[in-house]
Amino acid sequence: MTSFSPGFHGRGRRLAERLPPGQYPTESFPVLSAGPTPKVPTEGWAFTVTTEHGETRSWSWDDMMALPQQETVHDIHCVTRWSKFDTRWRGVALDAFLDGVETEAEHVVVTSYGGYTTNLPLADLRGGRAWVAHTYDGFPLSPEHGGPARLLVPHLYLWKSAKWVRGLRLTLQDEPGFWESVGYHAYGDPWREQRTWGD
Amino acid sequence: MAPVWLPARLDERRPETATARTLAFTVPGWPGHLAGQHVDVRLTADDGYQAVRSYSLAAPADGDRVELGVQPVPDGEVSPYLAAELPVGAEVELRGPLGNWFVWRPEQSAPVLLVAGGSGVVPLVAMVRAHRRIAARSRFHLLYSVRSPEDVWYGGLLADGDPRLDVRIVYTRRAPAGDGRAPGRITADDLDRGVTGLEPASPIYVCGPTAFVEAVADRLTELGRDPATIRTERFG
Repeated sequence: MTSFSPGFHGRGRRLAERLPPGQYPTESFPVLSAGPTPKVPTEGWAFTVTTEHGETRSWSWDDMMALPQQETVHDIHCVTRWSKFDTRWRGVALDAFLDGVETEAEHVVVTSYGGYTTNLPLADLRGGRAWVAHTYDGFPLSPEHGGPARLLVPHLYLWKSAKWVRGLRLTLQDEPGFWESVGYHAYGDPWREQRTWGD
Repeated sequence: MAPVWLPARLDERRPETATARTLAFTVPGWPGHLAGQHVDVRLTADDGYQAVRSYSLAAPADGDRVELGVQPVPDGEVSPYLAAELPVGAEVELRGPLGNWFVWRPEQSAPVLLVAGGSGVVPLVAMVRAHRRIAARSRFHLLYSVRSPEDVWYGGLLADGDPRLDVRIVYTRRAPAGDGRAPGRITADDLDRGVTGLEPASPIYVCGPTAFVEAVADRLTELGRDPATIRTERFG
């Protein structure tokens, strides 16, 4: 018997094992963005990896589409507490962009058209755990969900899956990104509920 | 420091519209907050099952008193309970404040445009109230889109004639008699009037349903506002 919220019954207990702590399932696909949605044409689009030595490699939209494409299905988890099961994406594994890049860096700042940034360990982008995704549920990714292409790192809270992605900057030191600078956790593992500083 | 869960006692529930409610809680140990921030609310059932949702703070920091605006979502798990069932005097748990981006700080001196769609007015009215507390000369402009006159939250506060607050309500389905504007969604024209009186670097805060925020933010950038000055909060 709890002393809180008398008369509250709730629902959704059968999903308990599949939901990270403190999340609830949604069928819709909510949009969370800090500002206006940038309109990014695929003409002129580029994805650029920059090492700590300033060496760069870039892929145009056509270059990216010519890389091996993967279909991938994931549960995604937003720090605002919704989770969405079995989301279906198509894109290019980050391994394809990082193969052969010579670096001592262990950290990455992901950069986006529109100025958004987020940071994460380089290791989290390797090993088939992260993608540049351009297709959602069979359709080109819409601008409000990060189109034409967004990062997809489904094992971390969704703010790490930068919308309108334009590149990676490999860094020797961990540098906080946009939300990480204003209170969100540096790593953001939903299963450990790493939502905010100190979690 | 990570915010911790704090017991919050419901002191008062006030109607804002036929369905929307303001809930006022006493939260001993509340650390204070900025206008525009939100909190997580946690409910616990008898078997230990818990559900958490985020709600915007409707008023600036005021000791251990915290006000939330709740628009019940049909078939929602949490909002109908908060809006109608949680007994006055009973407790829930709150964690916050959260969100350090969609905030207005009293030291900001530029005029501000607030653009609200429906219940998106809640964090913006917290900014209006925070602005009233200080002796700033800068004006606040609120452009507020609602379906019909019955859907206006905070009607008394917004109509009390504060010379530093310019309020314009846009009705999308039905306007009151003599409104002079045909009902319809916010247009570029409405926004153009809204940005009159702003400085180039003035912040614009937009909060409402996703489609509303997308449309308003697009129109504002088309009007030449710097995207970096536009802060958005979307729901649904």
